[in-house]
Amino acid sequence: MAMPAILQRMRDAISPPSTKQAILGLFQDAESAANAGDALKGAGVPDTDYDFLTDSPYPEGSLGEREEKHRLYLYPFIGALLGLSSGIMITAMSQVAYPLVTGGKPVLSLPPMAIVCYEGTMLGAILFTVIGIVFESRLPKFQLGIYDNRITQGFLGLRVKAEPEQRYEVIEIMNSAGAVEVKTDE
Amino acid sequence: MQEGKVLPAAQINRDLLRSILETPRWFWPVVSILGLVVLAATITIGIMINTGLGITGLNYKVVWGFFITNFVFWIGISHAGVMLSAILRLAKAEWRRPATRAAEVLTIFSLMTAMIMPIIHTGRPWRILYWAFPYDFARGIWPNIRPPLVWDPSAILTYLTSSTLFVLIALVPDFAVLRDRTTGWPKIVYTMLAMGWEGNPRQWKLQIIAGVLLSALILPVFVSVHSIVSWDFGMAVAIKSWHSTVFAPYFVVGAVHSGVSAVVFAMILLRWAYGWQDYIRHEHIDALGRLLIVVATGWFYFLVMEIIFGIYGLEGDELAVRALQFLPGEYGVAYNVWMIVFVGITYFLPVILWLPKAWRRNLWIMSAACISVNVGMWLERYLLFVPGQANKQFLTFTWNDYLPRWPEALIVAATFAFVSMLMLLFSRVFPLVPLYDIKEGDILRTEMQIGRRKLTATFRED
Repeated sequence: MAMPAILQRMRDAISPPSTKQAILGLFQDAESAANAGDALKGAGVPDTDYDFLTDSPYPEGSLGEREEKHRLYLYPFIGALLGLSSGIMITAMSQVAYPLVTGGKPVLSLPPMAIVCYEGTMLGAILFTVIGIVFESRLPKFQLGIYDNRITQGFLGLRVKAEPEQRYEVIEIMNSAGAVEVKTDE
Repeated sequence: MQEGKVLPAAQINRDLLRSILETPRWFWPVVSILGLVVLAATITIGIMINTGLGITGLNYKVVWGFFITNFVFWIGISHAGVMLSAILRLAKAEWRRPATRAAEVLTIFSLMTAMIMPIIHTGRPWRILYWAFPYDFARGIWPNIRPPLVWDPSAILTYLTSSTLFVLIALVPDFAVLRDRTTGWPKIVYTMLAMGWEGNPRQWKLQIIAGVLLSALILPVFVSVHSIVSWDFGMAVAIKSWHSTVFAPYFVVGAVHSGVSAVVFAMILLRWAYGWQDYIRHEHIDALGRLLIVVATGWFYFLVMEIIFGIYGLEGDELAVRALQFLPGEYGVAYNVWMIVFVGITYFLPVILWLPKAWRRNLWIMSAACISVNVGMWLERYLLFVPGQANKQFLTFTWNDYLPRWPEALIVAATFAFVSMLMLLFSRVFPLVPLYDIKEGDILRTEMQIGRRKLTATFRED
């Protein structure tokens, strides 16, 4: 699906269009895809310039992919703090706005406040975790780029961003490693 | 030992997306029948709101009857999702894979159904808004946060939101499979839902962490929800047999008991309806059967404790309620007979059926045992709530009994039709067995030769 013009302009403003070309190699098994990845690394392609595309999670490192850093664990803490604050605010302000004085006890009744605050804390933590997962996964992605539907049928894709002068070398590496098809974005 | 065989990804897609890409002949007639039952109940709710709760069997003593029993029952069923998905995911139990999504979806639909019950039970549903939420700024009316009336919505809405997000996040990779397998407007919808998922290592890494992290975060919510539901009763000092400190864990374990049984039955139905024999296998049902023996026994322990706690204090009016529950009936309904039936069909019958391995692998026997548990658990809630309100005391005339009338019976029956209909409709548009989870399981499986035996083993990454 084509990206709307305004989004394209926004994306270009954030990261200027690259001269690199995208190449996608399709492999039938993990071993061939991993070999192709190793060969690319050997040919001087930085590991940030290629990605494996699969239809299910492979054990970390099994394809020789780069280690991914993320800050997902921060999100639940921020969410929990915000949720707790909202819980305290809602329960305290409700009681102060409409005081129900019972037998000379304090207006703010702490045990029920704790229950609502607990739920608020958990809700905040979970909402922010989900936001974090989407954000850290770099989603939503409006343009899929070079892709093949066979990836969700069990094939492994190796997508490379290569300089124009490296293009033929990358294609050769993929073919030698056993790619069943190599596609380019031209 | 693992059973089954490693299947190619294309076949997994074809088998598990069959419910979406092809419509079985029975699908729309079944959904229509269920829809008609739901429609009849909706009309009845309309009549009840217009006429008042007087058309039900509720009366000045027994104010919580079928509706609240059904509310607690569906909240209980909703605990299956987290029990199966979160605990088994954290424990890295391999046999969880085909069951997790159905369990999570059942959680969402049963929670939605449960929420309807107290709302219609109020008789004036629109008032719920300003009882529970601080919104009526103009009149300066604010909710009283001290009773469980406010705790319940806060817990249930947290659980519903969390469970829905949990399911949606896990569905994203499967949306991508559907995006690649569909055409026309379904493709546009699935493309939007997939959000540009491509399945790179970063996305998979976060998806795996998401499963574990969200499981760990939802678990405390799961425990709190049924604890808070139990406090709807446990905090009512005036009603004997309700005011018990053991209620929270008793309710949580009971919820897991009925919820997991419901999931087992749903899985057996799905296996039969969509021909998922290669995915929902006898080994999975067997493992769930073993788990259920432990859960059922835990529940039985709390049941006995609840009764002992009630009797141990030797308070006259508490003993009167217990007499109503356990001794031969002297008025109206014979609760003691129902108590025997309930304990029999909730614990003794199913546990006997779950003990032999051959019976755990017989889907007819497992279905019967799981239905038996759920009928029993519904009865359990009824027998827990109604006798207490009858408020029988020696030498008083201030007690009354409860007999449900047709509107309650129809609405309760329709809730089962409603959940079944929603599950079927969900299976028509989204995969009920997680595709990537099954494929991951197959990647990690291998055959090992040990001595003279060849075994199927699954590797687990720590």
